Amino acid sequence: MMLQLSGVHAHYGAIHALHGVDLSVQVGEVVTLIGANGAGKSTLMMAIFGQPRASSGRVVFDGEDITGLPTHEIARRGIALVPEGRRIFPRMTVMENLQMGAVLGEETNFEVDLKRMYTLFPILEERCTQRAGTLSGGEQQMLAIARALMSRPQLLLLDEPSLGLAPLYIKKIFQIVRELNRDHGMTILLVEQNAHHALRVAHRGYVLQHGQIILSGTGRELLANPEVHAAYLEGGHAAPAAQPAA
Amino acid sequence: MAALVLAQHSTSPAERLKDAAAVAFIALLLGIPMIGLTTVDQGGALRIATRWPTLCIFVGVCFAGRLLLRYAIDRLRARKQARERSAVSAPTVDQATSPLLTWIGWAALGISVALPMLFSENRYVVDTATTVLIYVMLGWGLNVVVGLAGLLDLGYVAFYAVGAYTYGLLSTQFGWGFWQALPLAGAVAASFGILLGWPTLRLRGDYLAIVTLGFGEIIRIILVNWTELSGGPNGIASIPRPSFFGLPFKPPGDDPTFASFFGLEFSTNHRIVFLYYLILALALLTNLFVSRMRKLPIGRAWEAIREDEIACKAMGINARNVKLSAFAIGAMLGGFAGVFFAARQGFISPESFTFNESAIILAIVVLGGMGSQLGVVLASLVLVLLPELGRDFAEYRMLLFGAAMILIMIWKPGGILSHREPTLRYRADGGRR
Repeated sequence: MMLQLSGVHAHYGAIHALHGVDLSVQVGEVVTLIGANGAGKSTLMMAIFGQPRASSGRVVFDGEDITGLPTHEIARRGIALVPEGRRIFPRMTVMENLQMGAVLGEETNFEVDLKRMYTLFPILEERCTQRAGTLSGGEQQMLAIARALMSRPQLLLLDEPSLGLAPLYIKKIFQIVRELNRDHGMTILLVEQNAHHALRVAHRGYVLQHGQIILSGTGRELLANPEVHAAYLEGGHAAPAAQPAA
Repeated sequence: MAALVLAQHSTSPAERLKDAAAVAFIALLLGIPMIGLTTVDQGGALRIATRWPTLCIFVGVCFAGRLLLRYAIDRLRARKQARERSAVSAPTVDQATSPLLTWIGWAALGISVALPMLFSENRYVVDTATTVLIYVMLGWGLNVVVGLAGLLDLGYVAFYAVGAYTYGLLSTQFGWGFWQALPLAGAVAASFGILLGWPTLRLRGDYLAIVTLGFGEIIRIILVNWTELSGGPNGIASIPRPSFFGLPFKPPGDDPTFASFFGLEFSTNHRIVFLYYLILALALLTNLFVSRMRKLPIGRAWEAIREDEIACKAMGINARNVKLSAFAIGAMLGGFAGVFFAARQGFISPESFTFNESAIILAIVVLGGMGSQLGVVLASLVLVLLPELGRDFAEYRMLLFGAAMILIMIWKPGGILSHREPTLRYRADGGRR
């Protein structure tokens, strides 16, 4: 077991955002977490990273309890995050961004990893001396993913990577997710609103609603599930429970 | 949306004429009582006279001025838009170091080295240049905190004061020399930096600014009131001046002095020139130090913290240590400048370390372009020399000063030099240099 969340509660100030979430990710899996806006998806992602810290419950990574650790210590354990909204360093160049991603790694790996990223994302090599803030949204997302991979993580957390991107880039992002997992054996936890794409690349999926996991299963099962279909795949905004089963 | 459209809209000549006519009309309305009518003293009685020709000229000037202003604004806006468009289409260009800037940097260095030789008899010039260099050094120090790490510090003068008082006390109470006291004063200032940084780690932006502002005032008020330690408002007097490797700048006496050792005739200018070269060397060391730091992981982490703290933490960077190191190093450099200040003046009092100083140093960093080393030099020149040049304008010089600052911010909102030098260069084979 690579990542195991059990009974995780989290608060943003007075707001109780997560109500006892159980979730697990096995080595070599792509697991996706889908849900509507405000369901707590990003909170869950950040709670793994201790921002906010889980108020109760346990987060275990690779056999070690990381619940109370500060964020940078969690990153040092081998989890990399591609945050929601990309959060690249806009005034720094593309290459400097990649170097920031590699601060934890060995100095000697840097050149090799940089070449690897340029092979994976050729556009980044073209833009390597450009300020990251001048990249397009899709390119920035590529950069954010590459930056996270520079630390050679064991687990990659992707928070809404397709948010606000052009359809062409959305396709590309999911293609990369699949490639990373299949060819490089990367274990991935993917948070998405784009349920259709996410469930197709994922081995397993969870559906989060009001801070609770209401459904889980393989990607295929969830895709075929009529409630999921009605609520998340046909543009429905209402909660699955409120929808009559088709 | 409406505002956006308005901003994009550039006026046609007809619109400009109409606009200028409207302004001229307002000028006419205001001008009739203010200029058109005047009182004349006629044998003790006041009589109202008219000055229609003057009024006509006034209205004409307003019309032409408004027309020109409108035209200039449109031109500037068009140029800016063109620049933004080209920045989007060819942004790779903006990363190349401009050879002009490198050239200016070297020229500035050459001039500053040659300056005391060119003006060896002019004490005023060398003194003013020394003041400029003190501000350059303070600007480079604060640049670490504000420009690189993005932590808005309004109380930077506190570290300047800590450095100055540390040297003042060590030299007058314990007889320490300049060079002995310099590292210790830097260390004391750095620990004050950490002292300030520690409780403010969670604060950002305005909140941090308020706390640092308070910190600066606390230090000053302590210096005013703790009379036993700091001498209170009287300050510390007769602080020894630095010597040239043990050779004092004194009229010839029993001990060897600088002049007698080198077989020169004694002149008070020797010390002035020596102090100038001393601060030049300190400032250059600061510059070298900060530019090296920028290329180290810690320096890059400062900039990354400025850009996005959460992302930094997710990369495994300990944000607390990075911020504290920025505070400590910025404070240390301010402390060094303070030691020099105390040694140069020979007298320090809390009056030298008011909020005004913090504001000027911050203005130097912001005006120069946050994070730009050369920008700090240019801004220090502007901010120190403008009040000096404006002496002829007497009480209007602060007005002039303010107007200049506003104009720079309008023309160059990112500072005089907003260009950021990348810390990594591209090599054709995809590696780095």
